[in-house]
Amino acid sequence: MTSAVQTIGLSRRYGRRWALADVSLELPAGSVTMLAGRNGSGKSTLLRVLATALRPDHGEARVLGHDVRHAREAVRRKVALLAHQSFLYEALTARENLEVAASFLGRSAEALSLLARVGLETRADDPVASFSAGMRKRLSLARVLLQQAELVLLDEPYGELDPPGFALLDGVIGELRQRGATVLMATHLIDRGRLLCDRALLLEEGRLVWSGPAREMPAEAPGGSAPA
Amino acid sequence: MSGFLAALRKDLLLQWRTRAQFVAVFVFGASALLLFSFAIGPDAAALRQHSAGFLWLAMLLSSTLALADSFESEVQQRALEGLLLLPADARALYYGKALANVLQLTVLGVGLVPVMVVLYDAFTARVPALLAVIVLGAAGLSAPGTLYAAMTAQMRARNTLLPLLLFPLVVPALLAAVKSTSLLILGDPMGQLTSWVALLVAFDAVYWSLCGLVFERVVED
Repeated sequence: MTSAVQTIGLSRRYGRRWALADVSLELPAGSVTMLAGRNGSGKSTLLRVLATALRPDHGEARVLGHDVRHAREAVRRKVALLAHQSFLYEALTARENLEVAASFLGRSAEALSLLARVGLETRADDPVASFSAGMRKRLSLARVLLQQAELVLLDEPYGELDPPGFALLDGVIGELRQRGATVLMATHLIDRGRLLCDRALLLEEGRLVWSGPAREMPAEAPGGSAPA
Repeated sequence: MSGFLAALRKDLLLQWRTRAQFVAVFVFGASALLLFSFAIGPDAAALRQHSAGFLWLAMLLSSTLALADSFESEVQQRALEGLLLLPADARALYYGKALANVLQLTVLGVGLVPVMVVLYDAFTARVPALLAVIVLGAAGLSAPGTLYAAMTAQMRARNTLLPLLLFPLVVPALLAAVKSTSLLILGDPMGQLTSWVALLVAFDAVYWSLCGLVFERVVED
């Protein structure tokens, strides 16, 4: 099986603190992987390095065959990141935000169908500034779907979502798996991750301390919580 | 080209949605013109003599507010980073925003001219030439201003840093814009207007080329 992501000795620091230290991992193409760990363990940093939002200080990372340091544009064409920040313009409406993203991607927006997919079709023409945190998360998810990426990086995607939002996200991850996309999802919801994911990775203080099948991930893993 | 048009459309849309802020910037500029007239006193000839300088000082001061505002929405939810990760071309993003800022500053300048005419009795019949000088001056403020606004947008002291960086750099453009406007208002018996406009055009050409190249380094690093 080919690798969608391969890192060797990947390290990144903020000032004098190493947020990622010597992380070597491999994600098979088409796999759905859970990334667990306490707050500050380096999950978001790893996702941001793989998305080319941050440059690594040491080590190598190849995403879908492209080096994140030297082929940033090629990586970006194949990767979508759902981050803590929504990447949305507060002053624009939900529809306009998707249309702006679509215009840079050179695609027709399909804004209404995407908004319907995430349950926001009735709020299409409302400014994002009037949205709750959960609605912003749904709109960010629609933006990720618009990208039709081969590698989808989800940073605590269940945060701020309501129970129907959880079900929506479960469905989206299932769809991504069906169309062959590779998914790497940082989450504290270990039980949910074990149900949805094939594999799991555990980070502690920037180091990869455990990897294996998701169902074997210990429920009491640091930073994990029970609600499913 | 499509990236540039997408960026321009996005920035014009953002400016339209946040037009209340622009009204505040215009009121700030008009207030500055009013305050400058108090500094001179009721000397009609002196007011007219200095009107071009005051117009461009008001433009310069207002432009720092407008330029800083133009990056507010880009950093709020890291929207600019989101576009770069799509990926959008950094140069297209720069030129789209810089051109949108030129349009906004031109509207600001055109709006301040009647205030100047009323306060300083500084009228010129050469309206198309004055409009051209305002466009060129706005371009001179916008090119480095957009770059520096991007550099300072995420800093805590951005409101202080932006003018500190911008003001020394735009002195040649400011000087050329003031002299050109002054010659249009007070008359140009020596035919100096072309030289000052040429300086303004040269300044614009240099900074519109340079800043577009540097912008990617600024937003990526």
